[in-house]
Amino acid sequence: MDFSYTILIPLIPLALFLILGLFSKKIPASISGWLGSLGLGTSFALSLYTAYHYFMEGKLEGVYQTFIYKQTWLVFTDKLHIDLGVLIDPISVMMMVVVTTISFMVHLYSRGYMHGDDGYTRFFSYLALFSFSMLGLVMATNLFQMYIFWELVGASSFLLIGYYYTKPSAVAAAKKAFIVTRFADLGFLLGILLISYYTGTFDFQDLTSQEGMLIAGWGASASFMGLSVFTWGLILIYMGGVGKSAMLPFHIWLPDAMEGPTPVSALIHAATMVVAGVYLVARLFPAFYFVDGGFALQVVAYVGAISSLVAALIAITQTDIKRILAFSTMSQIGYMMLALGVSKYEGHEGLGYMASMFHLFTHAMFKALLFLGAGSVIHAVHSNYMKDMGSLRKYMPITHITFLIAALSIAGFPGFAGFFSKDEILVAAFENNKLIYYSSVLVAGLTAFYMFRLYFNIFWGEDRKYKHTPHESPLSMTIPLIFLAFMSIAGGYIPFSQFVTADLMPFEAHINIPLAAIASSVGIIGIIIAFIFYKKPSELSKKFSNAFGVIYTFIYNKLYFDELYLFVTKKILFGIVAFSASWFDKNVVDGSMIGIGNVTVSVANKIKGMQSGKLQDYAMSFVGGIVVIAMVVFYIWIS
Amino acid sequence: METIIFYILAAIIILFAVASVTSRKILRAVIYLLFVLIGIAGLYFLVDYNFLAAIQLTVYGGGIIVLFIFAVLLIHHVELELEKTALKKKLIAGALSAAGLAVTLWAISTYPFPVTDTYTSIEVADIGLLLLSYEDGGFILPFEVISVLLVAVMIGAIVIAKGKKLTENN
Amino acid sequence: MIAGISIYDILTLTSILFFIGVYGFFTRENLITVLMSVELILNASAVNFVLINTYLYPDLLQGAVFSIFIIALAAAETALAIAIIINLYKLIYSVEVKDTETMKY
Repeated sequence: MDFSYTILIPLIPLALFLILGLFSKKIPASISGWLGSLGLGTSFALSLYTAYHYFMEGKLEGVYQTFIYKQTWLVFTDKLHIDLGVLIDPISVMMMVVVTTISFMVHLYSRGYMHGDDGYTRFFSYLALFSFSMLGLVMATNLFQMYIFWELVGASSFLLIGYYYTKPSAVAAAKKAFIVTRFADLGFLLGILLISYYTGTFDFQDLTSQEGMLIAGWGASASFMGLSVFTWGLILIYMGGVGKSAMLPFHIWLPDAMEGPTPVSALIHAATMVVAGVYLVARLFPAFYFVDGGFALQVVAYVGAISSLVAALIAITQTDIKRILAFSTMSQIGYMMLALGVSKYEGHEGLGYMASMFHLFTHAMFKALLFLGAGSVIHAVHSNYMKDMGSLRKYMPITHITFLIAALSIAGFPGFAGFFSKDEILVAAFENNKLIYYSSVLVAGLTAFYMFRLYFNIFWGEDRKYKHTPHESPLSMTIPLIFLAFMSIAGGYIPFSQFVTADLMPFEAHINIPLAAIASSVGIIGIIIAFIFYKKPSELSKKFSNAFGVIYTFIYNKLYFDELYLFVTKKILFGIVAFSASWFDKNVVDGSMIGIGNVTVSVANKIKGMQSGKLQDYAMSFVGGIVVIAMVVFYIWIS
Repeated sequence: METIIFYILAAIIILFAVASVTSRKILRAVIYLLFVLIGIAGLYFLVDYNFLAAIQLTVYGGGIIVLFIFAVLLIHHVELELEKTALKKKLIAGALSAAGLAVTLWAISTYPFPVTDTYTSIEVADIGLLLLSYEDGGFILPFEVISVLLVAVMIGAIVIAKGKKLTENN
Repeated sequence: MIAGISIYDILTLTSILFFIGVYGFFTRENLITVLMSVELILNASAVNFVLINTYLYPDLLQGAVFSIFIIALAAAETALAIAIIINLYKLIYSVEVKDTETMKY
């Protein structure tokens, strides 16, 4: 079987980026939108074909095979070399499908959403660059290639968040996202260096195979604070994943990143880039699982669980619809993380792994749909805030229905995609860690509540006196909505356990009826509470928030994480460390350099008189020199 | 007798040399230089190099000095006083020259020259034959090179001294 | 060979002459007088050639021949230098050393 054609999937967006980026002034907007959509459509079709091809024929004796096509690029030692290539295995194929689907939909949608924008072509070139980097990331054959594309993803995310570069808040958000994820990526890089130093390889194949575990065995001989170096490396690598996936404590950039255009939020901050951290853990799952009895995996699980709970709590209090969705994303990614964290390796025990990937897939669909729907709403009312919205169901029927489907899906309503994937996660958590299970059930209820709070506030509630009567979005925007709505239902019926498993062997997964019943009833309770609070304009919610007073304010301000970071960076880093460092730099380092310069200049001024241009002065120096040399020579000759 | 003549010549040479480099009247300096050159010609006579002495007198005394006088007359008034040199510069130059002289004299006095007592008289014909000899140790090639050089210098001197006018005519 | 005069006396004489020339070269402010100092230096060396030949190798003629060449070269050099000086005078109406300092820093 030959999968080498998959290299085209990332290369088409790259070509698009180059064409659109280099000739952005020459290509008219009408063409660039079509060109981008067409290119991504091709990639989309190719990845669908790849998925079909792979999942139908990629098995050998019941085990999915891994196909690698690579080219050695930089050679450090015989074993330690950086390759560039394509890796085809279940999760990369699945991710390819997710990325190209969402990217294609976002391209189609953006043609309508960004219509008439000055930087239309530039926007599409950025989208193409992002798609290329994300595809490169998921298809990476080794840690270092992944890191390269990881950074590229960060850079294109920076460009897209800061797309409205005339808006100071967008610029600040872009910088914040870049700096925070960059800081987390430092951990990633250190982890790569640590692991490659001890194992002598970057290659995923070596790192995750059973043979790789042997390498990990002697890597474990060196230890630090009771844990093997390999575990530390994995935790550091996971730090990069935490940054990109906006887990605690590096989540602060995600809400601000909503300053970018809404399609960007849908593409990057809901479906693709933010799950890179999940994908990273999944990619290295055997290493996380086997090294040190899975200590690193415990870290993953708890970070995921805590993030998901905290994000869900914050989401309840927010008023900006995109920020609610951002915190919802964070919460759902926390779900995926904890599912990976509680997973085991073999057969049915690896349910969590499968559930995580499953949820990644369905979440990509319904969260992209939610964002695109929110974009459609924002497009109609020109505001991000819920107080400016209400009763929109009358004006925007398609947006309303698709949004409802997505909300039901994320709330885990039976029959929708989110129900199936969330059920698997809860089963996996229930089987392995009760504490995490309870927190997940709570999060499920909270999710349903805040999502329907959002839904009722937008589409029901009070009919605002709109200056411009809102109208349904154009066809270019509603078609992606409809397609994604279809996927938000149908996605749940894909037998994921047949395709994506930790040990690459398909197994049968069944819905655990009691647990599913608990989860969906919790979800439905959340929906009902939201219904009571927000269906009709009422004072109930306000009374409720007043009752909680301090706690409400605390959560509303996102647990003061931003303020904490600001305190640490501004007061401590800039105020104390940076100030003294800058004093030292200015006075001691610069001072000595400037001093050397000044001394040189003054000495030069003194001695430049020697260059008088007078022949006789030169002759005098010449004769003087000769006399001295002659004296020395004679002295030596005599003695 | 020869000793006395030598000392007289040496005195003339040194006195006039000093006068030549210190005199502030340029034409007088040239004339002092002429006396120095004549003194040196006298030295040549003293060691019986009559041909060289003749050349010294004709080329230097007759040619170069006349050239100097012409240059001086073209450029300066005869009675022009040269600018005074700064005393500091004079002192430095004097000290440097004295130091050089000291080193040189010291070097000369410590070196044992293998002086021979034989004496052969020099005929002009010998010099001529040597200059035109193309055998081992002959000087025919340098001689020709010098002739070419003199021609080149002659042309060059004319071109340079004519300066701009030549290009203007073109 | 001069009766009663050793080679040291003669070399001393020529050395003195040489360094008087050097002193003149250093101190003179006028290009023509500088050139005259150069003549002194050249003469001193020419005399050295002749006299060392006479005292050390009386049956050879090389010293005399070199001396002739030096005189020829001195004549050529003087002619050329004076041509340059005259041309310079045409250009800047001065032959002072201080006016020809364009090689300065």
